[in-house]
Amino acid sequence: MTILSLETIAIVRRQRLSHARRVTFGLLSALLLACTAAMLLGDFPVPALDVVQSLFSPLTGSANRSVDFIVLQVRLPRLCLALLSGAAFGLSGIIFQTLLRNPLASPDIIGIAHGASAAAVFCIIILGWSGLSVSLGAFAGAMLTALAIYLLAWRNGVTAYRVVLIGIATAAMLSAVISYLFTRARLFEVQQAMAWLVGSLNAARPEDSIVLATMLVLVLPLLLALVRGLDGLELGDDTAYALGTRVEITRLGLMLVGVALAAFATAAVGPVGFVAFVSGPIARRLMGGAGRGVPQAALVGALVMLASDLAAQHALASVQLPTGVVTGGFGAAFLIWLLIASGRSGRVN
Amino acid sequence: MTRNHQLMAAGLHLGYAEREIVTDLNLTVPAGKLTVIVGANACGKSTLLRGLARLLQPSRGAVYLDGKPIHQMPTREVATLLGVLPQSPIAPEAITVADLVGRGRYPHQGWFRRWTSEDDAAVAQALSATDMAAFADRPVDELSGGQRQRVWIAMALAQQTDLLLLDEPTTFLDINHQVEVLDLLTDLVKTGGRTVVVVLHDLNLACRYADHIVAMKSGTIIAEGQPNEIITEAVVHDVFHLTAHILRDPVSNTPLIIPVGRHHVAKVTAR
Ligand SMILES: Nc1ncnc2c1ncn2[C@@H]1O[C@H](COP(=O)(O)OP(=O)(O)OP(=O)(O)O)[C@@H](O)[C@H]1O
Ligand SMILES: [Mg+2]
Repeated sequence: MTILSLETIAIVRRQRLSHARRVTFGLLSALLLACTAAMLLGDFPVPALDVVQSLFSPLTGSANRSVDFIVLQVRLPRLCLALLSGAAFGLSGIIFQTLLRNPLASPDIIGIAHGASAAAVFCIIILGWSGLSVSLGAFAGAMLTALAIYLLAWRNGVTAYRVVLIGIATAAMLSAVISYLFTRARLFEVQQAMAWLVGSLNAARPEDSIVLATMLVLVLPLLLALVRGLDGLELGDDTAYALGTRVEITRLGLMLVGVALAAFATAAVGPVGFVAFVSGPIARRLMGGAGRGVPQAALVGALVMLASDLAAQHALASVQLPTGVVTGGFGAAFLIWLLIASGRSGRVN
Repeated sequence: MTRNHQLMAAGLHLGYAEREIVTDLNLTVPAGKLTVIVGANACGKSTLLRGLARLLQPSRGAVYLDGKPIHQMPTREVATLLGVLPQSPIAPEAITVADLVGRGRYPHQGWFRRWTSEDDAAVAQALSATDMAAFADRPVDELSGGQRQRVWIAMALAQQTDLLLLDEPTTFLDINHQVEVLDLLTDLVKTGGRTVVVVLHDLNLACRYADHIVAMKSGTIIAEGQPNEIITEAVVHDVFHLTAHILRDPVSNTPLIIPVGRHHVAKVTAR
């Protein structure tokens, strides 16, 4: 029997920590790079120095009003909205995936995004709404759908498996509802609803970021208070209880946080597909067992969102794609890769 | 500080949905002893263990830890006194051995008390005791079934509770590791003063290691006491529907159960 010394185990743990730190640092660097690109690139060329000057113009006074407008009213709001919504999607995704112990269980798969979409399409086509009221409708739709899934899955408590199954069924049903709503729409409304459904940052305004940031700041304390519970919950309910986790209340709280994050982000930018779905698994893979990867998933989400938006704007010279089209393509490629990779390691789930 | 804690079930009824599995069960777990629960498949051993460990809410009756109803105690407080290894725990993807075993320290930590060298020591000790020291930084899902089982035992050990309930900790283990795990549990009892309850299927090892043995049949206890006193051919037949001869274990002088099946019976020995 080998005796493991305290020092050895401390070294193993420190290696884990430093790996986690390296991943975080790498992601932050990549984000910084993407942010720089987002501020510099655009149809209207602005020299780097002028961009910096413009960023400080609220303090130092304006040098060039049209450059200030492009930097502060167009590029910066779009950048902020991409970062905030991407982080929210990423967090929401990894919370659900960890909680339900299933990489497929992200909010864009188990019906929560569909709830937001169905509500938004209803608001646009049947009620004739637009703008902020559609976002509010989408938020309400996401919350209601999550509540419905939770209640339907409840049977002396909630098991991960039932939530996933009922969530997927709900998603399919809501897709049918959306299709039905389209059959009743006029052409203009169809266009508007389709644009919302694909998800886009084209119309980002400074207010959007401020609203979203406020919402995130409100949810964050709850997330911080509960996130440690994930350590127990991902080991299964019995082990979680055994380790002293208050299983039902922690799970309910975390689900609430996950739903709220997905709902806020969807209300702000539309159901931009697959960002929530890919962030968790990417973060986990980067961490390689060095931790839960919750903060890292937020960074990956922000990065995927921002990079996709950059690609959407600049990849094709003549056309601007909606962000959701790029994330959709990226997500599909990722899903295929995930299937191949997990097939190779012989894991089935 | 006393390590001895009183765990007791009184008029306990346990079940799933409408179906009652354990009915009106009374049990006092002897403090500072190794108790082994035996019984046929599906007789309710795991259900009882989950009830005792407050993982399952009783439909009637109660479990008392040091005189207090365990289901009403703060679960975190219980977790510092009582550790449980469920029958089929779930390991998250890609988690490493050290990380998983470290989760056993969860009840000892909190927002203001993070990881300390005491926690490192507990993890190192648990890994050494289960012979998993060489695997500390390996992913759990790349281990063999028996190694995985030992990691889970290590996690329960790292929790360093005075009461320890383990559901079939020796499944998947080769005979050497089975004996090692039972020796280890005996050490915890004898030198550590802990109270240990295990579910076992190997009757011979159960008889050898148990200070107190509990035989269950369809949700009730039909015999309990010292193995030497209660494990008889009649009890084995009643519990397992199995004809068996009982000899003396030459090593431990405890009952040694020799099953009689339909085949390979050389001669009918006189009873
Ligand atoms: N989660 C559950 N939901 C519904 N029924 C259950 C559940 N777990 C166990 N049961 C039922 O309860 C009964 C007792 O199961 P239990 O797991 O306690 O048996 P056991 O004695 O531990 O058996 P084994 O030796 O096979 O582990 C079985 O009939 C089983 O079908
Ligand atoms: Mg069992």
